[in-house]
Amino acid sequence: MKKVLSLILFISLTSWCFSQNNTGTGNHEANSHCLDCHGQKVYGYVNPDDGNSVRKLMPVDFRVDSVLFYTGAHHTFKCVDCHVPEYDSFPHPNQLRFEPMYACLDCHGGDETYAKYHFETIDEQFRKSVHSPETLSGFTCWNCHDPHSFRINQRTGETIANTIAYDNAVCMKCHFETGSEKMLLLANEKLKPMSVSHDWLPNQELHFKQVRCIECHAAMHDSLLIAHMVTSADSAVRQCKECHSRNSMLLSSWYRFQNIENRSKNGFVNGILLNEAYVIGASRNEILNILSLVLFGLTLGGILVHALFRLKINKRKSHE
Amino acid sequence: MSEKLYLYPIWLRLWHGLNALFFLTLLVTGISMQYSDIDFPLVRFDLAVTGHNIAGVGITLSYFLFLTGNLFSSNGRQYRIKIRSLFPDLFAQGRYYLIGIFSKQIPPFPVTIKSKFNPLQRVSYISAMYIMFPVVAITGWALLFPETIARQAFGFSGTLLTALLHIVMGFFMSIFMIVHVYMCTVGKTPLSNFKSMINGYHEAH
Repeated sequence: MKKVLSLILFISLTSWCFSQNNTGTGNHEANSHCLDCHGQKVYGYVNPDDGNSVRKLMPVDFRVDSVLFYTGAHHTFKCVDCHVPEYDSFPHPNQLRFEPMYACLDCHGGDETYAKYHFETIDEQFRKSVHSPETLSGFTCWNCHDPHSFRINQRTGETIANTIAYDNAVCMKCHFETGSEKMLLLANEKLKPMSVSHDWLPNQELHFKQVRCIECHAAMHDSLLIAHMVTSADSAVRQCKECHSRNSMLLSSWYRFQNIENRSKNGFVNGILLNEAYVIGASRNEILNILSLVLFGLTLGGILVHALFRLKINKRKSHE
Repeated sequence: MSEKLYLYPIWLRLWHGLNALFFLTLLVTGISMQYSDIDFPLVRFDLAVTGHNIAGVGITLSYFLFLTGNLFSSNGRQYRIKIRSLFPDLFAQGRYYLIGIFSKQIPPFPVTIKSKFNPLQRVSYISAMYIMFPVVAITGWALLFPETIARQAFGFSGTLLTALLHIVMGFFMSIFMIVHVYMCTVGKTPLSNFKSMINGYHEAH
């Protein structure tokens, strides 16, 4: 019996180990054929016509950083999961240039597994935003979320500071100083430098480090942790009190964010029990403080009077 | 020798002890956070928040012990109100606490095994355990999982409104507890009701 149990345990462990290998890093070998060129700044090949070795620079848009890819959200993918297998041949056939790209919803839409991430709502919000393809022709999810490197920091236990820097860098790819090249692909608009467009904002540097761009530049949605309805610059938050007040819009987003981050970093139990996030704005309600003190005072006063009467009467009765 | 009634079985005393421990922790840490002053912290802020979270989870677990005990024992029947005579009964008990007690009148609703609470106790215990506690616990858990809270409600942040409801209910629960402790001194002797919760026996007047 012992032997049978040991055999079952051995088979289970072995198959588990194999199953682990088949995900994530298990695709290194399959992907290495593509990354041999697309993972490098310089790639080389032998010209079949004259037999000469050729070295060329890999255009930035076709380059895939393998480190970022294998730490990104799609790290379990093979290249051919999204790209047609015809890319296997080199030189790549010309017609592949027009290969349609998958959009997020092609894989994530209408699937119960991903329902909790609300991809449909994200798409809905995106289409109402200034980034909508109707406003900016050719704008897709990939403009912000590079499928080859995109990371979801909230699920990887990244610190808040790093998450802010990462999320803001997504915006900065296009919205950086005058006439960013990426921005020119979408519109002929010339951007003012950030320091000029935000010259009204006190403590600029501190705000850029501590707050995500979307906190002021996107309309929140109940079921989305990250707002995707980016609004026009005219509608962005400009009033100090919208954040620096008791009924702060940041109270919702940041308190949520801190809690969820804490849970992913410290595990479910510790993340809840040892979580130090606190809604300070709510407890600093002066009217509530005064009312509660009055109520406590009246209760204690009433009890004191009642207790004194009881004592006095008890004393009188004991004298009798 | 006064009559002794066995009113508080071991599970009830155990729950009551746990509940008191968690409640006192929540009260002290809650007050410390609510009126916190950086120069005079009652409990260090981060410890107060963590202590409040731990006690909150603990009191919720012990509440399930209370619910289960009431579901499977005769103790649950003690929380039933006689609606028809409710107001005259409340008036009679209130009058006793405010006037009768000082002239050593006999309580209008003496403690028996079948009815260990007077009408005023019943109403306040039902309010505390079946209305206020669920509200304070649900809002407390919602604040631990803020993604479950609506972002906006009536033009205010949902988190702010949830926190306010939690705090207001916390105040009422605290007042209930202060009054509850004081009313426990109204026994055969000032300490007899406290002893009852240790040995299980109630001493009649």
